Amino acid sequence: MAAATPRQAVTTTEVVRRRLEGGRIEWRGLVFEGLLLGSLIVAFAILVTLLVTILVSGLPVLLERGLDFFTSPLAANPADAGVGQGIFGSLVLIGFVIIVAIPIGVGAAVYLEEYARDTWFTRLINTTVRNLAGVPAIVYGLLGLAFFVVIAAPLGNGGRNVYAGGLTLGVLVLPIVIITSAEALRAVPWTIREAAYGVGATRWEVVRSHVLPYAAPGIFTGTILTLARALGETAPLIVVGAIVGTFRYTAESFFDQLSGPFTGLPTIIYAWAKRPDAEFREITSAAIIVLLVALMTINAVAIYLRNRFERRW
Amino acid sequence: MEPARGDTAVRDTPTIRVMTDQTLDEAERIASAGEPESVAVAIEPDEVIFDLQSLSCFYGSFRAVRDIGLRVPRNKITAIIGPSGCGKSTLLRSFNRMNDLVEGARIEGTILYHGVDLYADGVDPVEVRRRIGMVFQKPNPFPKTIYDNVAFGPRIAGYKGSMPELVEQSLRRAALWDEVKDKLGSIATSLSGGQQQRLCIARAIAVEPDVILMDEPCSALDPIATLKIEELMRELKENYTIVIVTHNMQQAARASDFTAFLSMGDDRAGYLVEMAPTQQLFTSPTNRLTEDYITGRFG
Repeated sequence: MAAATPRQAVTTTEVVRRRLEGGRIEWRGLVFEGLLLGSLIVAFAILVTLLVTILVSGLPVLLERGLDFFTSPLAANPADAGVGQGIFGSLVLIGFVIIVAIPIGVGAAVYLEEYARDTWFTRLINTTVRNLAGVPAIVYGLLGLAFFVVIAAPLGNGGRNVYAGGLTLGVLVLPIVIITSAEALRAVPWTIREAAYGVGATRWEVVRSHVLPYAAPGIFTGTILTLARALGETAPLIVVGAIVGTFRYTAESFFDQLSGPFTGLPTIIYAWAKRPDAEFREITSAAIIVLLVALMTINAVAIYLRNRFERRW
Repeated sequence: MEPARGDTAVRDTPTIRVMTDQTLDEAERIASAGEPESVAVAIEPDEVIFDLQSLSCFYGSFRAVRDIGLRVPRNKITAIIGPSGCGKSTLLRSFNRMNDLVEGARIEGTILYHGVDLYADGVDPVEVRRRIGMVFQKPNPFPKTIYDNVAFGPRIAGYKGSMPELVEQSLRRAALWDEVKDKLGSIATSLSGGQQQRLCIARAIAVEPDVILMDEPCSALDPIATLKIEELMRELKENYTIVIVTHNMQQAARASDFTAFLSMGDDRAGYLVEMAPTQQLFTSPTNRLTEDYITGRFG
């Protein structure tokens, strides 16, 4: 019995050491890790291939043509064609989105989050908004064709003008603006609202002086990302009647330009990509680079703003 | 509010079982009696700030607080104690209609404030909260400057006097001035927890209320910051009536003049067991439940 105690101790130490040092390999874990890494590599490889292909064929055009490519109008000869009209059209479209979607979207979000009571009706609206954000863009295009083109008809070109296009894009991104703004508002803690109510603030004062200012960076970032989405949309513009060729880019008055036929950067890319000639393929790539750089800039600005103003509660 | 309540209720289930096991007869007797005896505290009529008459608070169909009748005296500190989940905070939040903001919350019975029914038609809850300020469990300064935190209330109330003076006076009363006088422009969230809570007190008194409600104001603070707040409360009662919810019995014993003890019935609704001058309640409670609670036998 007396010898049993020390031997017991030795055995325990031995067992512990063997357990700790006997590095068994966790095969299933390794396989899983390998699969995950594989998915990452595939995704990344596709992206890189895409980018490299576009850069190889488009970059020489950009370098050779320089500023000329950004300012030139559309032309039958690819050596003269540029994306000037597309840039102008896209800027105008973005302007419409800012004017239409942001005030309405933020307003709707503030109402849903701060004012609406929690009833089956508001829940229905919330669900609907979420679903609308997932509706394919082409459906919005058809809505625009049936609705905004008719409304915008008196403004010129039978309604197939930038007003109809801008309204369509505005409605397209409206649900996203509502969702991102609502999320930013929800991120403001309830205790802050209580603090403001506690010193005798009305609901309006709570929203104006506290909730909205604290949520503003989030709302801002969200809406900037929404603009990127609108900038890249092609299908609804084509349905509403964006065309390539006769955009009155150089018309006398700004409003004349707006009331005529219109185009946007993605529409031009779509039109050029259909052409069989190699030169057109090259300027298509160049136009894609312009669009990608614009989108990445917008996203970078949004990320910068988010990091700059992010608030921890 | 509601999820938090549900949370504590679940967490406290074992406590309740212990309580009912030990004092089953007593609890049942009180529960069936409806209005418990010996809750009245002798207070001069013109010293009564709040007069609660068979007050019940509901969240939807759930009754959180049942048939409370009590009076809160002027320029005194009244503590509300009781086990978690017994409706102390709910009761406190009904004093300034803070629960109006919670969907589905409503009350039955009356709360008279200086003789006026707070829940009568035509009573503006915004004006109620201006007169009856509140300090919350977790310090909740606005993410603005220290100055703006204090100035917000008076500003929206249309204060006409000198704002810097009012801010200084409020911060002095909250015993915070010396610590922040050189950095009024800094963001309030950069202060320590105890300082933030005193800032919240300064913010509450800046609108010159009549009553300050405190909902476990020290539960997020360390003992030293807690003592500072208690000291401050004793100074503040010269000018204000204070009602404080606490689940720290020592705090109630140390800092308050009157104590109301709430417990929870089998229907999970809180009810008033007894209210008495603090000294009396802690040394010679008339109710067995109170005695068990303050001697640490449950809760």
